[in-house]
Amino acid sequence: MENILAQAKKVAEEAEVFMVSSEETPVQFEANRLKHIQSKQSTSVALRIVRQGRLGYAATTELSDAQNLVDNAVETAQFGMPARFELPSTTSYPQIDVFDPDIESISIGEMIKLGEELIAMVTSHTPDIVCEAMVTKGIISFRIINSRGGQANYRKSIFGLGIEGSLIRGTDMLFVGESQSSCHPLTQPKAVAEVVLQQLELAKNRASAPTKQLPVIFTPRGVANALIPPLMAAFNGKTVLEGASPIGNRLGQTVFDPKLWLWDDPTIAYRPNSRPCDDEGIPSQRTPLIEQGTVANFLYDLQTAAQAHTKSTGNGSRSGGLPVPSPTALIIAPGKTTLDEMVNDIKEGLVIEQLMGAGQGNVLGGDFSGNVLLGYKVESGKIVGRVKDTMVSGNVYQVLKEVIAIGSEAKWVGGFLNTPPIYCPGLSVASK
Amino acid sequence: MTDIEAIGRQLAEALKGFSADYIEARLEESQRSHITYRGKELESVGQATAIGGNVRALVRGGWGFVSFDSLSDLPGRIELAVKQARLVGKEESKLAPVEPVVDIVSSEIDKNPLTISLAEKKQLLDEYNALIWRTPKLQTSIIVYGDSHKKVIFLSSSGSYIEQERSDIALRLTAVATEGSEVQQVGLSIGSRGDFSSIHGLHQQVEQMAKHAVELLSAPQVKGGEYTVVLDPVLAGVFVHEAFGHLSESDFVYENDRLRQIMVLGRKFGSTELNIVDSAAIPGLRGSYKYDDEGVPATKTYLIREGELVGRLHSRETAAKMGEKPTGNARAINYRYPPIVRMTNTYIEPGSASFDQIIGDIKEGVYAKNWFGGTTSMEMFTFSAGETYMIRHGKLAEALRPVVLTGNVFTTLNNIDAIGDDLEMNQGGGCGKGAQMPLPVSNGSPHIRIRHCLVGGR
Repeated sequence: MENILAQAKKVAEEAEVFMVSSEETPVQFEANRLKHIQSKQSTSVALRIVRQGRLGYAATTELSDAQNLVDNAVETAQFGMPARFELPSTTSYPQIDVFDPDIESISIGEMIKLGEELIAMVTSHTPDIVCEAMVTKGIISFRIINSRGGQANYRKSIFGLGIEGSLIRGTDMLFVGESQSSCHPLTQPKAVAEVVLQQLELAKNRASAPTKQLPVIFTPRGVANALIPPLMAAFNGKTVLEGASPIGNRLGQTVFDPKLWLWDDPTIAYRPNSRPCDDEGIPSQRTPLIEQGTVANFLYDLQTAAQAHTKSTGNGSRSGGLPVPSPTALIIAPGKTTLDEMVNDIKEGLVIEQLMGAGQGNVLGGDFSGNVLLGYKVESGKIVGRVKDTMVSGNVYQVLKEVIAIGSEAKWVGGFLNTPPIYCPGLSVASK
Repeated sequence: MTDIEAIGRQLAEALKGFSADYIEARLEESQRSHITYRGKELESVGQATAIGGNVRALVRGGWGFVSFDSLSDLPGRIELAVKQARLVGKEESKLAPVEPVVDIVSSEIDKNPLTISLAEKKQLLDEYNALIWRTPKLQTSIIVYGDSHKKVIFLSSSGSYIEQERSDIALRLTAVATEGSEVQQVGLSIGSRGDFSSIHGLHQQVEQMAKHAVELLSAPQVKGGEYTVVLDPVLAGVFVHEAFGHLSESDFVYENDRLRQIMVLGRKFGSTELNIVDSAAIPGLRGSYKYDDEGVPATKTYLIREGELVGRLHSRETAAKMGEKPTGNARAINYRYPPIVRMTNTYIEPGSASFDQIIGDIKEGVYAKNWFGGTTSMEMFTFSAGETYMIRHGKLAEALRPVVLTGNVFTTLNNIDAIGDDLEMNQGGGCGKGAQMPLPVSNGSPHIRIRHCLVGGR
């Protein structure tokens, strides 16, 4: 890496080298039995330069070929955007624990056993369910160095345990599932299985939904797939800078229900999305986004922050290109109402676990619309069964303007969101 | 650069020395470049190269898979894959037999897109961006251009050695219009099998796209409910991909007895006019190839013929376990993943109806064009339109906000009651399955009419 940096410095005013290497071992089960063991090794290095004031970028998996990497970056810098930021000279970072050495000592045999136990718990409840399960462990190393002397490196361990089951009766299909992740090894398949068993219980009976406005409780998974995609776009500093965020000029204004608090937090110990610094070497921080319903901040990387005359929030993230602002882990503060209390409060309404296709509409405008892949009907304060062939539509800015209650039971969804259920007064429901 | 051909030849020898029912390896070198715009300025331009490979081993029905960026110690990686497979395997290995192939396939295009200068690419994108920005009330634009060229060497313990080169180009343009806190967006996606000229001459389409984004600001939203819906060839292509294509991928079916009962050959899914095909063997489309990532030659597979289920897409393993012929549909997005059953170029064959005949007798319906996206759960699927209009008394009427449509595979195909004569293939999409996305595919269809289609709305 030092070699690449040294070569780049010869032809550029500024340079930064970012390297990620990972070793991952996914153990996969199909049709209720072990099917596939994988081992994945990967190393890639990305070079960002500022040459004649402009940004150049190149990446490779071939660490030995520094000259080609530098040449590629130089070529792109002819056309790159003017660099408006300075690379950080930071070398000290907050202590954020994301590596558990126990991950290394977990054997493939133990991972197989975990998967088998998980599947057995689900199939002993519902013998005709067909499950796919995945047990994964991985270690990822990050290192970044730049021409201003800034440098950072850390290692992260990741463990994941997940299951998806399909239950088919005639042409009727029910899909249930849960996955959990941590930097620690997950050793309790029961925690995952219990979520799935509850879904199976609630979906046992069928219920029908009418075509009209109905109150809706979004479970944590429901929040993740219906409400979060529009918010992620809207709080992205880049969307704001372009004037394409509906809340971009409403900083400090109350746009959402005062019960709503949302923040980005990469500093929680042993969470897979935590990190001591972002992918540009900016120290991690907790960034409030919604405070008591009020728009508090947007998320920035170095370049976008400079363009917007503000500071990076440590949200520069890379996925195969230059860093862009991206949330790490979004947290919605729990409220006071239990899920049972919410359900008891509803005369006629829905509980939504998964809304298929919700992220495929005008996400920038806040619209979402999807088919209820997993959801339940509530009648007179009780969940009476699963609904199907039902579309639910809304706009996140209307839905979250006044919510009836925020749940007290928060939960991680997919490693990137920790949220309680959210109970909303009226969404448009269309059904067959 | 590392010479993967030399390594491939050594590896072909090495594969023979291990005890497994079957071993295959892929080595890959790729170059890619991207240019993105957000707003008036070019935002990011970059180039990337990658070299790597994988080994996959089968022992008594269990698979081991090892992928790597470092090409050192390949015998050690083969050994690891075999060891993993042995941990899994508890039954008999089943793979549909295929003849070993030795072949070298060059990319079909005249010019590798990576050899076209960044300046030339940028100039064309600048023109499109300027057109978007000429539109009044337009807030911003997003343009994402990416191209790639790769060479893949496939070799197997049964003696196959196949070198294949391919290029790919994908371009998505989005125009965003705003008024107050209203934000509307319209997108346009184009792709090709590496032919840069395929993205030339889009000026008129780009201009229309930007104007439409502004029009949507004052467009009403449809009232949710059931409608007679007419889909244009682009959206109907996404529809056939989501509504039926994924269910034809036999890796979902082959070990699931209940699904096998539902997906029994001969089952009636639609009218006798309905024919659905998947074919990687058509040359020059984004889903085309000569051999899949298991070294099986591409085929043309009828999935539905005259309304009946007549075929499905296979890997060597799913074909063997279902007692059917392999179709050459095992694909991996790159060397970091094992091949899984995927679609290639999927389309509804043309019927006989003209567009006027299709909409002529609709009193009130929805005309949905272009795509945002689509997804499926097997039974249910959703797909979203980029542009939507009401149909009133047999004529196209006012523009609506884009809609999300949904259906049920087992009823919706039966509700197709008119198929147009105007088949078009759309090359702008990418398909996701597992963690492997976006895989280059193409979809196509003529205009189709669907009765009783559920549309989300206010």
